Amino acid sequence: MKAKVLLSLILLCGGLAAPQARADDAAPATPAVPPACELPSYLLTSESQLPKVAEAVKSGKPLEILVIGSRSTTIPASEDASYPARMQAILKDKLPPSEAVHVSVEIQSKKTAEEAATTFVKLMEAKRPTLVIWQTGTVDAIRAIDPDDFRGAVTEGVAALQNAGADVVLMNLQYSPRTETMISVPPYLDNMRVVAQEHDIPLFDRFAIMRQWNDQGQFDLFSPSRGPELAKQVHDCLGRALAQFVFDAAHLGPAQQQN
Amino acid sequence: MTIADQVTGSTIAGTAKPAEPRAAAITLPAIGERELRLDLFRGLALWLIFIDHLPTSLLTWFTIRNYGFSDATEIFIFISGYTAAFVYCRAMLEGGVVIATARILRRVWQIYVAHVFLFTIFLAEISYVATRFENPLYTEEMGIMDFLKQPDVTIVQALLLRFRPVNMDVLPLYIVLMLALPVILWSMRWKPDVTLGLSVVLYAVTWEYDLYFSAYPNGFWAFNPLAWQLLFVFGAWCALGGARRMSRILASPVTMWISIAYIVAAFYVTLTWYLPQLSHLMPKRLEQWMYPIDKTDLDVLRFTHFLALAALTVRFLPRDWPGLKSQWLRPLILCGQHSLEIFCLGVFLAFAGHFILAEVSGGAAMHALISLSGILIMWGVAWVISWYKRVADKSGAKTKNAVGNADLAGGG
Repeated sequence: MKAKVLLSLILLCGGLAAPQARADDAAPATPAVPPACELPSYLLTSESQLPKVAEAVKSGKPLEILVIGSRSTTIPASEDASYPARMQAILKDKLPPSEAVHVSVEIQSKKTAEEAATTFVKLMEAKRPTLVIWQTGTVDAIRAIDPDDFRGAVTEGVAALQNAGADVVLMNLQYSPRTETMISVPPYLDNMRVVAQEHDIPLFDRFAIMRQWNDQGQFDLFSPSRGPELAKQVHDCLGRALAQFVFDAAHLGPAQQQN
Repeated sequence: MTIADQVTGSTIAGTAKPAEPRAAAITLPAIGERELRLDLFRGLALWLIFIDHLPTSLLTWFTIRNYGFSDATEIFIFISGYTAAFVYCRAMLEGGVVIATARILRRVWQIYVAHVFLFTIFLAEISYVATRFENPLYTEEMGIMDFLKQPDVTIVQALLLRFRPVNMDVLPLYIVLMLALPVILWSMRWKPDVTLGLSVVLYAVTWEYDLYFSAYPNGFWAFNPLAWQLLFVFGAWCALGGARRMSRILASPVTMWISIAYIVAAFYVTLTWYLPQLSHLMPKRLEQWMYPIDKTDLDVLRFTHFLALAALTVRFLPRDWPGLKSQWLRPLILCGQHSLEIFCLGVFLAFAGHFILAEVSGGAAMHALISLSGILIMWGVAWVISWYKRVADKSGAKTKNAVGNADLAGGG
């Protein structure tokens, strides 16, 4: 019952927020987050921390971020609108101008977590990032890889990234309502959560975030549209959410900004 | 854990004490005595499975998986084991092992055909989506359509039960369990408690050595029959006298309080999944021990959660509760009485519901409408089947004796 009441409340709030959202569109961009991207704060917070990112910003070293992902990390033919690029722009805004932020992307197309993890040692030697955001799980879910094997592969991958001296954020699958009857997602979400817990690293819950947007009506993820507009908007919001998430997990509060 | 101890404890007690001194190893309730509670809860499980197969909505919050570890699948498999054992053991006693086995195989064939039928519908749906849906946000997820490129392999694998799309896992599990039923029953007639013990051993061995059924293109069956057989065999064991021998334990207040405590604890844990704000109240040690709660291999936590629910149900819902005959529960009971047909219908309706939500509109009102009409359709079809069977039985009774009760023989 509690859960139901809560859900009704959320829906109600969503209903109230939606008309406001449209009214605000015209207003000058004082609030940092566009209404379409709004999320409850629990989806953007993590108990785990990013000490190396905090350290780098504190000492004024450049912040090198590496996003390792699969095809859902990009939008075909619109790289600049994909979430890594958006995150870089937002982080630059949020951090003091003196802080250099650079985001690079490594796409491991059609590779399972296990296949991707084999490349990590070399990749880390070449890039030396402060923070790695590893987005994985989709290919494993499509190929129905054994969830235990998947967990093992993610564990090894995270360990390799950490050994190379980087902070790690895990990012899980997209919420994709059209393929819900075809791809079994829950085991992969669960196992990524377990690995994140075991290693005490932040998990960016892309699945829950996108589902929140769809349920609230901020985005219609059922849309069959072939144009890139929806993808661009969703990636913009994901980039913002991710920047906020990293910012909070590294405790880069307003105090840091003034330094 | 505690509940499992209770139950295994009871089996040991059952073997040790000569409760029924004469060799009557198994006992069946008198003929014609229909256990409406089974129909009721199987009907409920079918409705819940249907709702769980639809995208999340307000109604989803009424399904039991949100309030504890186990879900409708446990209810369905347990009751299927119960009814199947009940019906076919009688057939075995009356007609012999060969006849009973033949009847079971005929049932397996029906379930297999139903599965292939559902697969065809799935194929139609996925082909449609593959050609119509090209949102650039989801280019990666569309990789699932790759199997359409080699139908020669995929369709053959589907016929071999190795390629099973999402939401089509229950029937293959059921087929395997029913295939094993002749052996289970044969062994149950010999020594029920030993059979249950062997089932527990198989379950433990499956966990220890990580045994599984492989699937195509890779991976394994989403419901591992080697683990889920425990619930099925336990159902059969209960049907063949085990439930009666356990009645003392079931009636004890200790069992009741343990069950309640366990269900409340499970509810609290589930709550932390939906209200992550609460999760910091969960001890990390406990989380690490507990997660992941594995559905594929029927995690002990799920099994015990089901046992706790069952214990409370049996206690607070007596067999002769007058409400079972009320008009209000009639739709559920009717659906439970034709479970194979209604199960398949439910899977189909879930596909259709997805389709409508995707193609027409995804609003909450539409969602509620689809869930509601789905349930009404299930009820309506169950009613028609009942009506047809009644009419057919009436005209058939003149020429031949009814061989067993066809409704009960449903067994799932």
